[in-house]
Amino acid sequence: MSLLEVKNLQVRVDDREILHGLSLTVNPGEVHAIMGPNGSGKSTLSHVIAGKPGYEVTGGEILFKGEDLLEMSPDARAAKGVFLAFQYPVEIPGVATMTFLRTALNAQRKARGESEFSTPDFLKKVRSVAASLNIPQDMLRRGVNVGFSGGEKKRNEVLQMALFEPSLCILDEMDSGLDIDALRIAADGVNALRTPDRAMVVITHYQRLLNYIVPDFVHVMSKGRVVKSGNKELALELEASGYAQFEDQAA
Amino acid sequence: MNVALAISNKDLPLGDLFAAARSRLPGTGVVAEARQAAFDDFASRGLPHRRIEEWKYTDLRVLLRNVAPLAGAPDKAALRRAAVTVKALAIRGTRKLVLVDGVFAAELSDADASTAGIRVQTLRETLEAGNATADLLRTAVASDAMISLNAAMATDGVVIEIAENTAPPKPLHIVHIATGSGTSAFTRSLVKIGRGARVSLVESFAGAADAQSYQAHDSVVVSIGDHAEVQHVRIMEDAGDAANISTAVFTVGAHARLNTFNLTNGGLVSRYQAFIAIAGEHASVTTNGVNLLNGRQHADTTLTMDHAVPNCASREVFRAVVDERGHSVFQGRINVRQVAQKTDAKMMTRALLLSDEAEADNKPELEIFADDVTCGHGATTGALDESLLFYLRARGLSEKAAQALLIQAFVGEAIESIVDDNLRELAIAAASRWLEARG
Repeated sequence: MSLLEVKNLQVRVDDREILHGLSLTVNPGEVHAIMGPNGSGKSTLSHVIAGKPGYEVTGGEILFKGEDLLEMSPDARAAKGVFLAFQYPVEIPGVATMTFLRTALNAQRKARGESEFSTPDFLKKVRSVAASLNIPQDMLRRGVNVGFSGGEKKRNEVLQMALFEPSLCILDEMDSGLDIDALRIAADGVNALRTPDRAMVVITHYQRLLNYIVPDFVHVMSKGRVVKSGNKELALELEASGYAQFEDQAA
Repeated sequence: MNVALAISNKDLPLGDLFAAARSRLPGTGVVAEARQAAFDDFASRGLPHRRIEEWKYTDLRVLLRNVAPLAGAPDKAALRRAAVTVKALAIRGTRKLVLVDGVFAAELSDADASTAGIRVQTLRETLEAGNATADLLRTAVASDAMISLNAAMATDGVVIEIAENTAPPKPLHIVHIATGSGTSAFTRSLVKIGRGARVSLVESFAGAADAQSYQAHDSVVVSIGDHAEVQHVRIMEDAGDAANISTAVFTVGAHARLNTFNLTNGGLVSRYQAFIAIAGEHASVTTNGVNLLNGRQHADTTLTMDHAVPNCASREVFRAVVDERGHSVFQGRINVRQVAQKTDAKMMTRALLLSDEAEADNKPELEIFADDVTCGHGATTGALDESLLFYLRARGLSEKAAQALLIQAFVGEAIESIVDDNLRELAIAAASRWLEARG
C-alpha cells in the first residue's frame, strides 16, 4: 500500500481555486521533490496535507496509510505520522521549547495508545538528538523559536522530526532564509532520518536544496497541477531552463 | 435619566442588614460609633452603580442587587466542610489563618504562636479588648460605599504585626472559606509590617462544596515599613455563583518593595480593588493580576497606584482570559503627584477573548502632575493566534491542549513575577485548575 495517495485534489481558498486536480503517490522510503514557481500551489498542498484551517477541499481525496486523511484533525494526523516542517516556524513566547517538545511527543504517544515518556527518558532522548544537530541546551530552555535565527528555527524543526519519528515528512521550503552552512546542517539532519519506512516530500523553489537532500522523484507543479514528473535529473534541467516552459504547458 | 438608577435605598432593606447583625459585631463605644458612622455612609450612598465613575463597568445594583444577610457563626458541621475545602486547596508551606463564614477558626489554622517577632490576633479579640481604637475600621487611603459597608459589618479577620527586621519562616496565609448559602461574610484584616521586615502574605478565597450564592466582603489593610520587602499573592476561587467584593489598601514606606499579585477565576460577580499609596521615596511596587473567566462570570480588577513622593517605580502587568460569556474589567489608574518627580510607572494590560461573546474592558488612566517622569501604558485585546494554534496542533496537541498551552504562556507573563517558588506554584495551580475545568 502506498503511504500517501493524493488523488485529483481540488482546493479553494476564498472562492479561488488553488489546486485543480492534483495527484501524487508516495511510497515508504521514497523522497519526492516538488518544485514550481511561486503561486503554483506547493505550499497549499503541504498545508492541506497537514490540516491547516482556511482551505476548502472541493474534490478529490488524500489517503494516508489507506485512511482518509481529510477526515482527521491536524493533531490526529500528527499522531498518525504526518509531519510538516514549516517554512516559517512560529515563535511561541512563554512556552519553553522543552515543555513544548514533551507535551507534543506525549500527546502523540497517548493518541496512539502508547505510554508517555518518563522525564529522564525524554531528556536523554532530546539531548542526544539535539547534540547531533548542534542545538545547544540553552536553546531548549528558551521559548519555542523565540530569538532563534533562521537556521536555528529550521534545526528545531528537524529536531522535532527526529523526536516524533513520523512516517511522512513534508519539508516546506526548508531552504528559505538559510545560508549555505545552515542549509547543510539542516539537510544533514534530514538525511540522517532517511529510512526504508519513512518518506519525505521536499517542497522547494530552488534546485540548490536538492544537492543536499537528493530526491528519488521530482515533480514540477504549475498552476495547481503536477505538470511533469521525473527523476533527480529533472531538477537540474529546471535549473538550466527555468519554469517558463511549464507555465505555458499548464495554461 | 435611566430608570434603573432611580432605585432608592428604601427598595433595598439595607438598614435591616445592619440592625439584624449588630449584636454579633464586636466592639463597643468608639468602635460601635465608627461602625454606625460607616454604615450611615454606606446607606446614604447605596450600592455603587454605573454613574459612579470607578464602578462604571461593575454596577452592583444590577449585578449584586442586594447585600445578603450576615452568615451565622459556623457550627461543627460547617467547620468540617470548611476543613475539606482547605485540604482540597492543597496549600503547602504556608502558615494558615482560616476564616470560615467570616469567623476565625482556630481549629483549622496553624498555631505556631511561638515565632518571634510575629504577633497574630483576631480582629474580634482586638476590637473586644477594649483598648482598640476605631482606627482599625478606618483607612485614609480610600473611600467608597463598599469600603464603608465592610467597616460597618466586619465580624472578624486577623490583625498581624511583624516586628522590624523580622523574616517569618513561612508565608502568612489568610484563607477565607464560605460554607453558607445566600449569606454574606464580612472580614477585615490588618497587617503591619515593620521596618526592614521580609514577609510573604497570601490570601485565598474558596467555598465549601454545596455553598451557593454567598457573598464574601473583605478588606485587607497593609502598612509596609521603610526598607521592608513584601510579597503578596491573592487567589480568588470562590463558587461560580458567589460574589466577592474585596478591597486591599497598601501603604508603602521608603526603600520598601511590594510585589502583589491577584488571580481571579471564581465567583459570578467580583470586584478586587487595590489602592496602593507609595508614601516613601525609592520604593518600588509590582502589581500583577490575572482574570480567568467563563460562563457568565463578571470580574473587575481595579488598581490605583498613587505616587505621592519622588523617585519611586511601579509596574503593572495584567492579563485577562475570557471564555463563553464572561466579562473582565481592568481599571488601572496611576496618579503621579506634582512632587513625585523621577517617577517611573508603567502599566500593560492584555486580554484574550476565547469566544465571540466574551467581553473585556480595559481602562488605563494616567494622571500626571509632575514634569520629570517616565510613565507609560498599553492595552491590547485579541483572540488566540491561529498560526500558533495550528503549529501546536500540527505537532499533535488537541485543540484544547494547544489553547491551554498558549493560555498558560499568556498568563505566565503576569505570574512569573512571583519570586517565591511555593507561591508561584499556588498561582500556577489555580490557573491549571481553571484550564483543566475547560476540558
